[in-house]
Amino acid sequence: MELILAIASGVLFGTGFYLMLRRRLAQLIIGLGLLSNGANLLIFTAGGLTRARAPVIAEDASLLVRPFADPVPQALVLTAIVIGFGVLAFSLVLAHGIHTMAGTDDIDEIRSGGG
Amino acid sequence: MTTTTSLILRTGARVLMPLLLLFGVFLLLRGHNAPGGGFAGGLVVAAAYILHFFAFGLDAARRALLTRPERLIGSGLLLAVGSGILPALFGRPFLTSLWFDPARGIGTPMLFDLGVFLVVIGVVLIMTFTLAEE
Amino acid sequence: MLPLLVLSPYLLIPAAFWLGGRSVRVAGLLALWPAALTLYFGLMLRSVAVSGPIEASLSWAASIGIDLSFYADGLSLLFAVVVAGIGALIVLYGSRYFGSQPGAGRFQATLFAFMGSMLGLVLADNLFLLFIFWELTGFTSFLLIGFEHERPEARASAVQALVVTGLGGLGLLAAAVLIEQSTGAAALSSLLGLGLNLANGEFYPAIVVLLLLAAFTKSAQTPFHFWLPNAMTAPTPVSAYLHSATMVKAGIYLVARATPFAGATPLWTGLITGVGAITMIVGAWRAVAETDLKRMLAYSTVSALGLMMMLLGVGTEKAVMAALVYLFAHACYKGALFLVAGTLEHETGTRDITGLGGLRHAMPAAALAAALAACSMAGLPLFLGFLGKELLYESLLAWPATLLIGAIAASALLGTAGLIAGVSPFVGPPRGGAPEHRVPAGLTVPALVLAFLGLFAGIVPGSVELPAGLASGGILRRPVDASLSMWHGFTPVLGLSMATLALVALLYAYRDSLRRRIWPRSLGSERLYTATERGLDALSAWAAPRLQSASLRSYLLVLVTTAGVLIFATLVFEGLPGWPAVMDIQPHEACAAILIVAGAISAVRAKSSISAVLSLGVSGYGVALTYLFFGAPDLAMTQFSVETLTAVIFVLVFYHFRDFGSLSPWTDRLRGATVSVLFGGSIAVVLLFVGANLTPFRLANYFAEMGLPMAHGRNIVNVILVDFRALDTMGEITVLATAAFGVRALMHISRKERKNG
Repeated sequence: MELILAIASGVLFGTGFYLMLRRRLAQLIIGLGLLSNGANLLIFTAGGLTRARAPVIAEDASLLVRPFADPVPQALVLTAIVIGFGVLAFSLVLAHGIHTMAGTDDIDEIRSGGG
Repeated sequence: MTTTTSLILRTGARVLMPLLLLFGVFLLLRGHNAPGGGFAGGLVVAAAYILHFFAFGLDAARRALLTRPERLIGSGLLLAVGSGILPALFGRPFLTSLWFDPARGIGTPMLFDLGVFLVVIGVVLIMTFTLAEE
Repeated sequence: MLPLLVLSPYLLIPAAFWLGGRSVRVAGLLALWPAALTLYFGLMLRSVAVSGPIEASLSWAASIGIDLSFYADGLSLLFAVVVAGIGALIVLYGSRYFGSQPGAGRFQATLFAFMGSMLGLVLADNLFLLFIFWELTGFTSFLLIGFEHERPEARASAVQALVVTGLGGLGLLAAAVLIEQSTGAAALSSLLGLGLNLANGEFYPAIVVLLLLAAFTKSAQTPFHFWLPNAMTAPTPVSAYLHSATMVKAGIYLVARATPFAGATPLWTGLITGVGAITMIVGAWRAVAETDLKRMLAYSTVSALGLMMMLLGVGTEKAVMAALVYLFAHACYKGALFLVAGTLEHETGTRDITGLGGLRHAMPAAALAAALAACSMAGLPLFLGFLGKELLYESLLAWPATLLIGAIAASALLGTAGLIAGVSPFVGPPRGGAPEHRVPAGLTVPALVLAFLGLFAGIVPGSVELPAGLASGGILRRPVDASLSMWHGFTPVLGLSMATLALVALLYAYRDSLRRRIWPRSLGSERLYTATERGLDALSAWAAPRLQSASLRSYLLVLVTTAGVLIFATLVFEGLPGWPAVMDIQPHEACAAILIVAGAISAVRAKSSISAVLSLGVSGYGVALTYLFFGAPDLAMTQFSVETLTAVIFVLVFYHFRDFGSLSPWTDRLRGATVSVLFGGSIAVVLLFVGANLTPFRLANYFAEMGLPMAHGRNIVNVILVDFRALDTMGEITVLATAAFGVRALMHISRKERKNG
């Protein structure tokens, strides 16, 4: 299963990166979204996969019984998901502002001061 | 927007809204012992208001919130920082947890999670409302 | 008590700012505190003489072993007395000099900041603490040189001084690190107390070179001396205080301080003596060539600093005594001359020596102070300067004659400069606009005090014996015979002194033709500095547009290609990762993976924005399902909600970006695709590599065991977020809040733009 998830996160990175190299602002942002999902998946998979229980202590126990999923990468990824959302929304608004000011969504045209 | 939304959406939203709100708070409260917590709960509550906005329009959603999302962010951050300062008043390091009733999970971590919950609601709603004003 | 008193000038900064901006009389009251400190340090000097050095510390950054620890012995207290005592006079003088001009408060506040830093520098025990204060003096000096920041040349000089002395400061930091590495001690008290000598340890040559780089830049030794004359753009009270009496002597202090544990080797002695001697000559030479009163005094300060440096290098008992007596004498006469120069400029509006003359009737008190100071500088008997020069010649008698000849020449030139600065403005036919009113006492009393101190200490040499003897005993690590006296009988040294005086009289008489004939005028070290500066500017002007093309695409390509090359290089050297311990693949998990991949690919191929957003969402749901299947319900829940909200937000904005077709030519797309495939491939390989080399989780075990007993929570992920690592989460929600307010602000701006445009 690691193999498949490695390929999946490779695909997310590759496609995200490809879109970020395009000239449209919107493509750049979609690419950013794919890339951040890819990064989260990367961390999650790199932390070690297990089909076992979630890291939640059962009602009748006082500590986690093996096997359990590693909670540390989960905590990292959880905050990263929400931050990723904030970054995405922020760049979306930034792109929107640039678009309305420059009158175009072509990054090359914006850079050369056109529009 | 209000005029174009369908009756089904509006009826659905009216029923779903309180349920989603309750679910969000439920996620927050059980978060310490089972899957959930401030982040997930906050997102669900924010989603509830966004649904309301789609069904009844921006003004209605703002009214339903009862306060401005900026205030939610501010009070959430204050709660989180306050839950850190409280132990400092008892001579403990910043953000050390203090428990009043561990069995029911009442202590500063709960306050902290509540702060996270409020911030997340405020952030999502500011972003949505601002973009919706366009 | 000691730490608090050392830092007390810092505490007075707000008061200095407030009072300094009020009336002159009130501002003068500020001088009471440094005066009290002078008394305190003076009394402490007496008790140190009896009972040995005092140590005191306040807890500060205990975790890295740096406390506010201070060490007071004869040497540091001698400096502390000078810093606080002259500081009191300067505060008084400054209050009158600035009057009620705007900026008076800023001046006093910065002055107090400097005073605190300088006291900290000379009293610090820990080398790293010393470094911090060292840099703080440099920084406050920067502020004061650039005090009149409207003038471009003031700004340029301030930056130049900061760069040159900052370079030395880095040397000091590096030396401190090396000293701690080789001895295990960073406190002066232990370095001195253990009687260590670094010469036998590691890194010795590097330590010496770095320490001396710091000392030479700070004390304006050739070839770093050029910043000091340029620093004369500072208000004159600053020049008198920082750039003649105190800060520039920090290098002397450092060398004296380090001599017991770093000195007494040919490298140390040779460098210090050589550089000091050259500086002594160069400074004196340039001093008589100047016509600007302050620059002339600055060059003579450079020369005097070189002289003290050379004496410390010579390092015999007499030489060290000579250096310390000279230090005290120089602080008195040079301080007085600077203050008089400031008064002259303040009252006549010029400081060009050729435009000043005959002012003795207009400002008699200033003329008296200047004359007394000039006599001490020229080394007339009865003055402290004479004692210093006698000791200087005596200590050089046994050394090669070149040093002695150099010292005589420099002394003669310095004496001449002293007479030009202190006597020529007041004698002869009146020139320069004489002031119509009496010169206020605040501008003359401090100079008179300093000038009379030089005379008093010369007549009663016992007054400097104790501190100078104590300090030189500290430098040489043995009791020193500190008895000083004016009269030694008819000795060769007396003959040399008299010869010097005759030379001074001769040079002074022919001063104008001397000034015209002097050659060479510059050694070119400042030109070298400027050339280096220009070169660096040109380099960055050349490199910046090439490295910063302001194109996201080229940044990304460079970044990713570099990362890819590094990854593949690692794979080539380390070999491919072992095939992963493939867990069997369940159909529902495969479905999630297919969702991810299909969504991502369809986002790339999308022709309309709405389908791209939906594809992103599908791919995100696939990720959420994966989280769910592998024991992370919290993540799954969050990912589902975030994915939904993202789609909502995109929909709100994306009708602006309806068109989604490609703009780039196919060659660009091919290049992008190639790099992307390589990038995605290398990420996948890295992930496999990590998976094959996974270490069992130790952190997880800790959290799993402590979750319930310590944090009373059963959901370990949530416990980590709100308890164990709550500080990180707090940072995170702050970032979120910032992003939200950023969104609001951006929208506000673009809405305004649209209304205007």
